[in-house]
Amino acid sequence: MNWLTEITLNHYLALSGILFMIGMAGVMIRRSILVIYMCLELMLNAANLALVAFNRFSPAARDYDGQIMVFFIITVAAAEVAVGLALIVSLYRLRQTTNVNDLNSLKF
Amino acid sequence: MNWIVLLPPLIAAVLITLVLHPYKKISVFTSILACTISLGGALALFFSSSNEGLSSFVWAAVPGLKITIGAMGDHLAVLMLLVVTGVGLLIHIFSYGYMEQDPSLSRFYAKLSLFMFSMLGIVLADNLVMMFIFWELVGLSSYLLIGFWFQKPSAAEAAKKAFIVNRIGDFGFMLGILGTWAIFGSIHFTELKEIVATSGVPAGFSSGIVALVAFGLFMGCMGKSAQVPLHVWLPDAMEGPTPVSALIHAATMVAAGVYMLCRVFFILELSVSALDVIMWIGAITSIFAALIALQQSDIKRILAYSTLSQLGYMVMAVGIGATTEAMFHLTTHAFFKALLFLAAGSVIHGLHHEQDIWKMGNLKKYMPVTFWTFLIGTAALTGFPFLSGFFSKESILFAAYHQNIVVFSIGIFTALLTAFYMTRLVVVAFFGKERTHEVHHAHESPLVMTVPLIVLAILSLFGGVIGIDHYIGEHKVAHEAGGFYFVMGLSITCFLAGTAGALFIYLKAKAEPFSLPLLRDKFYSDEIYEACLVKPQQVLAKALSWFDYWVVGGVFVRLTSISAAGAGEILRLLQGGSLQAYVVMFILGVALLCYWFLVRVAL
Repeated sequence: MNWLTEITLNHYLALSGILFMIGMAGVMIRRSILVIYMCLELMLNAANLALVAFNRFSPAARDYDGQIMVFFIITVAAAEVAVGLALIVSLYRLRQTTNVNDLNSLKF
Repeated sequence: MNWIVLLPPLIAAVLITLVLHPYKKISVFTSILACTISLGGALALFFSSSNEGLSSFVWAAVPGLKITIGAMGDHLAVLMLLVVTGVGLLIHIFSYGYMEQDPSLSRFYAKLSLFMFSMLGIVLADNLVMMFIFWELVGLSSYLLIGFWFQKPSAAEAAKKAFIVNRIGDFGFMLGILGTWAIFGSIHFTELKEIVATSGVPAGFSSGIVALVAFGLFMGCMGKSAQVPLHVWLPDAMEGPTPVSALIHAATMVAAGVYMLCRVFFILELSVSALDVIMWIGAITSIFAALIALQQSDIKRILAYSTLSQLGYMVMAVGIGATTEAMFHLTTHAFFKALLFLAAGSVIHGLHHEQDIWKMGNLKKYMPVTFWTFLIGTAALTGFPFLSGFFSKESILFAAYHQNIVVFSIGIFTALLTAFYMTRLVVVAFFGKERTHEVHHAHESPLVMTVPLIVLAILSLFGGVIGIDHYIGEHKVAHEAGGFYFVMGLSITCFLAGTAGALFIYLKAKAEPFSLPLLRDKFYSDEIYEACLVKPQQVLAKALSWFDYWVVGGVFVRLTSISAAGAGEILRLLQGGSLQAYVVMFILGVALLCYWFLVRVAL
């Protein structure tokens, strides 16, 4: 029962994969644009988790590449949230809805 | 000198079309004046002792081929010039009486002048290409004149028919010209004659090719001179005004084919088989048309078939090598056939455009001048002894007698038929009782019409004895060759038998006593053409139209556009605007890529 006592890279990757799948499923099946947005963030964080894990288990000493990448992603995601939420708010103002089924016109 | 003959009609045609057409009388005068000047030029050529060095200029020159616009001044050309301008002038004058009431009189005279120009061009041509150019111009002016009353559908149809049928012959003529050029390397008549006289056919050309070339040239004649099987246009051409029928479809243009054959006879002579073909086609045409003429009731159509028959005689004469006889008959025929047509025109004019002979009768009482001139024309045509037609026909039959007895028999029998149907025409139209009320109102035509008739009648009376044949050349067979009196006796017998038979049958007839549908319907030649050429051609056209519509237009054009539009239509469904559908596709795509690169490629 080795895998229960010792936490290995595979555990992290499995968790990351599960999070990613949950996020992807949410993007695919949820109808509220805000929930879709949160699921997207979940997918980003799943990727972050994988990167940190890889960095932690890297054989090379003083290797911070993975963590730097994670910071990049967090920063970009923050910017993205700002832009994305702004878009969603203005879309809501225009159409009075956040349901993507009602947001399918190719042009206004 | 030759320009004085050739150009005035062209100038007249251009002037009338561009400037003078609102002034009818001036147009008519211009046209007649042009014709008179041409006649004067032709007479000058006739009386000048030497016609060498007529001016010419190079029209086009490429290595190996020089095309000149020049003139021939030999006796053959001068005789033909005199016929064309002389008969032409009389018909110009006659037309003024006949067409006076027509609102498009100026247009008529412009076209008539254009025709004169083209016809004189053919006669003067000193090479085959120049002849061909004017040949086509004649075809054009014939088309324009047959379709002069183009408001009448039948006239428009007839014009089209004449043009198309002539195209077939002209195509053969063009091939013949190209063949002549290929074999002999020249298209000038005098040069060709020298080449043929000195070296004959160049080595390397089989007799078959020469025969083909000769036949090609003859094709041109078949079209213009309406020989079987290209004869179908001539009877229909009678839809044109009667003076046109007289000038173009009796006296001059249709004779151009015979004239051309005489011009290139030295080439035809190289191939015995070609001459045989010509002889037989001429003989067949003469009897074929004469048989049809027996049963026609339209005065102009009888004359048209008679013209066909006489052209057959001329072509037959060329086929047996008797070019002098052919030209002699051409000349006399031009006189009496123009006379007959003009007289028929006078009858039609007097009867307000009635052409059915069974609606005439006793016209001699109402139109004495027309009657007497028509009678003289008929006598000349049927071979009444010592009139013009008698001599020329006699000389052809005599030559045939020495050449081929079967052809001679056909000729003699045709002479019998000619006497029969012409007498029938005269008896039915001019004798007996008035068959319809309109005849009582018939009136003699004015002087402008009767004077040309009288002049032509005089020519028809004496045309045989003024030495036309000696002017052109030697007779093929000398009178001393034997059988001369036998042939003469036989043809006089035929004349008497035909005339007497027709008198006997038709003098008391109230309506056509016989009905021979085969002859009345022209041996069904139009129907045969319809079934053998027009129908298959239309089926082919329909098939090609189907191919064009479905294969070219369908597969190549519409299918291409439909497939592009369809692909767009299908791809449009993917762009539904649904965000999550895009996500699914995106993920599926990523999954596919992962599968491809991680599983397939890695393996």
